[in-house]
Amino acid sequence: MIYVANLVIGFCIAVGVFFTVVTVVGILRLPDVYTRAHAASKSATLGVLGILVGVFLHFWWIKGHFSIQLLLGSVFLFITSPVGGHLMSRAAYMSGVKPTDLTVGDDLGEAIGEQKSHEED
Amino acid sequence: MKLFIWICLIIVFLSMLGTLVRVFKGPSTPDRLIALDGIGIMLISIIALLSIAFETMYFIDVILLIAIMSFIGTVSFSKFIEKGAIIDRDIRR
Repeated sequence: MIYVANLVIGFCIAVGVFFTVVTVVGILRLPDVYTRAHAASKSATLGVLGILVGVFLHFWWIKGHFSIQLLLGSVFLFITSPVGGHLMSRAAYMSGVKPTDLTVGDDLGEAIGEQKSHEED
Repeated sequence: MKLFIWICLIIVFLSMLGTLVRVFKGPSTPDRLIALDGIGIMLISIIALLSIAFETMYFIDVILLIAIMSFIGTVSFSKFIEKGAIIDRDIRR
């Protein structure tokens, strides 16, 4: 029984570590602020969520301790990490960081232009 | 199991060092902000793995605290980059 529990916990932690490595590769290799924010917010959230689920199952099944702080922490991270990624991308756009040359469309620029023309009316 | 946890810990630590490279050479300030947010999230992973490696429950409270502090830091940094002030009275955000 302990063996099966260790197998499940090890699988969760391995998935988390894999997505953490994916985060680092994305942050170092992608060409742009916006693509880097995409890599950092999505795969980092999944990585830390896998590791926290593994640690939670370890303390529940092996140690017999149902840790409510770990559940609360993972739910909090799952809510706030996409919000943080959105705020960082928005701050990058508003401070005037140019996207890379491979970008084909800019919808936010058109939306901001429409809003400014509405305010002038 | 113990060896597996330590190997995962070393891998996450090396990824944290790799993110630090982007903090040093990032061309713009939002690049550095994104990398710092990633470092905060990886620090949470390191603390969670250390609590298994040291067989203790006392590190668990630190995870929630660092998550809240990292989110507040990210929000205030991005507001500062966006408009130069953290607390203002602009209704349109």
